[in-house]
Amino acid sequence: MLRLERRATPSSLMRFASPLLAALCMLMTGFLLFSALGKDPMEAFYLFFVKPVSSTYGIGELLLKTTPLLLCGVGLALGFRASVWNIGAEGQLTMGAIAGGGVALWFGDSDSSLAMPLMVLAGILGGMAWAAIPAFLRTRFNTNEILVTLMLVYISQLVLSWLVHGPWRDPEGQNYPQSQGFGDAETMAVLISGTRVTWGIVYALALALVAWIFSQKTFAGFRMQVAGLAPAAAAYAGFSEKRNIWIALLLCGGMAGLAGICEVAGPIGRLQQQISPGYGFAAIIVAWIGRLHPIGIIFGALLMSLLYLGGEAAQMGMGLPSAITGLFQGLLLFYLLATDLFINFRLKRVDSGKTRPTAPRESVA
Amino acid sequence: MIAIVPMVASTVVAATPLIYAALGETVVERSGVLNLGIEGMMLIGAVAGFAAARATGSDGVGFAAAAAAGVALSLIFGFLTLNLQTNQVATGLALTLFGVGLSAFVGHNLAGLPVERLAPITIPGLTAIPVVGDLLFHYDVMVYLSVALFVGVQWFLTKSRIGLTLRAIGESPAVAHAIGKPVLATRYLAVIFGGATAGIAGAYLSLVQTPMWVEGMSAGKGWIALALVVFGTWKPTRVVVGAYLFGGVTQFQLFAQGFALPIPTEFLSMLPYAATIIVLVIICRDPRTILLNQPASLGHSFHPTA
Repeated sequence: MLRLERRATPSSLMRFASPLLAALCMLMTGFLLFSALGKDPMEAFYLFFVKPVSSTYGIGELLLKTTPLLLCGVGLALGFRASVWNIGAEGQLTMGAIAGGGVALWFGDSDSSLAMPLMVLAGILGGMAWAAIPAFLRTRFNTNEILVTLMLVYISQLVLSWLVHGPWRDPEGQNYPQSQGFGDAETMAVLISGTRVTWGIVYALALALVAWIFSQKTFAGFRMQVAGLAPAAAAYAGFSEKRNIWIALLLCGGMAGLAGICEVAGPIGRLQQQISPGYGFAAIIVAWIGRLHPIGIIFGALLMSLLYLGGEAAQMGMGLPSAITGLFQGLLLFYLLATDLFINFRLKRVDSGKTRPTAPRESVA
Repeated sequence: MIAIVPMVASTVVAATPLIYAALGETVVERSGVLNLGIEGMMLIGAVAGFAAARATGSDGVGFAAAAAAGVALSLIFGFLTLNLQTNQVATGLALTLFGVGLSAFVGHNLAGLPVERLAPITIPGLTAIPVVGDLLFHYDVMVYLSVALFVGVQWFLTKSRIGLTLRAIGESPAVAHAIGKPVLATRYLAVIFGGATAGIAGAYLSLVQTPMWVEGMSAGKGWIALALVVFGTWKPTRVVVGAYLFGGVTQFQLFAQGFALPIPTEFLSMLPYAATIIVLVIICRDPRTILLNQPASLGHSFHPTA
């Protein structure tokens, strides 16, 4: 008989093995799911996970979708580490896209070399401003940031919808709810020719590195980690909770805003009603699967990006709804939460012949 | 005077799913468990209820299937948070993400299909009364059941022995465990109850309010239900009052459009979300309100020793 036993110290091996185990469980569930749907599982796997990235263009698409996931994931992880539950990266991304896109529309077809830097700046500031609302309400009015950030997602999407239906609608766009296309100077340069991937991925990777240095090597990063791991210790040491909340939300808002402008100034090239297939929410899973660590999050973002590509391929190649991506995302997070159990516990064989041990087990706070 | 009647009626219909979802979550949170997965359970309930009602032609079967689907999802949450002691916030978010994905996946072929709207019931003698009959006795059966649910939950939490146990567990699971109360079983039952009500709330959207299945049709109502529990300071009466207020806010936009106010529809659609934020600010502004009312163990795992 097997029994769960608490480990003396958390297993660092399991910390890294757990995401792999979770991904494996997800694949096994996928195997069963494809079989149940009457598809050949091996062929489906090939179509879902291998074919999309078997060309240069495919690799480009992978990196392209990795960009917003990585930016939002790294930003969210900074907050999660400090127990700041910002789950509205999607809204901050949307506001970044609106602010940066507004600057792009203001420049029109101008060739000004100022256009792109100002768009990026506006995007970052737009995301930050949107994240400042929950930061202010939490620090000033004690208002739960989970619900506020989420409500602001819906509001930001309605603002975008209003803009592309109303004041910013392209007069020559045959009544489609979209803005004019951005000019050449207002579009990000392609990084690898023959693909659509832009310089955004370079910014994202650089920022992941900066975030790692911030959380590991700076005092502000240390304060945030202590606040997350041991709130009482942080309070006793006099670390300001309010400052942590502001830093966590503003950094994440800025990074999500950058993700937004990278999307509209990159592959999309204009403002339109829908600019993200839920990158901001998927980034929550990315942050967890990456162990809230910027380097881990790079791998998490790549995996999640592959799930998006696979979903699109499954839709085209197998006639499956692309919503299968969301299903896999949810499963992945469930499995990860479950396999994380083995960081603190292990399975131990109990000899059923002897009497069961009655010693009290330690409690989990 | 007569113009108010349709306004009240549509407010009640808008508030009903919020009442189901929020009352269920009130019970869950009073047991000390924070389930952020309402949105996901509502969507699964909506699609399961819709599919079952279409297949059988019976709304009763539809709502039963919705409740069962909500329970199934809540059991995943219960197993992870109660048995494996995962973080409740993260697990609840996972439940919502999973529910959004799963409902879109299984509901892929159901989008846009019609289903007969659950009809209001006629009460002999009462429905025929002018104005009053239209105001009070012209609703579908789920509206009356939501009132019954409120009475039941209020009685359960304040008057029943097991309700008292549940509240004690929510305040201090360690103490409740020490005096021999079944912490795990009680919390499981609360989570299952919350799953069933969230599923029914979802089916109310797809069988009564809209009535059809649309991907992501709950549009944040599960999260608004969570906010309502805070707004109601974990007390069923206030939660229900809050739900009717919110129902009124969501209906206001329709009437504003009717009056042709020069406000873009998008801004009117923002009202429920903006109202949620404002209401949270008002309630949470004084930390004592929360400290005095929030179950003390809310969101904390409990691992019984020996």
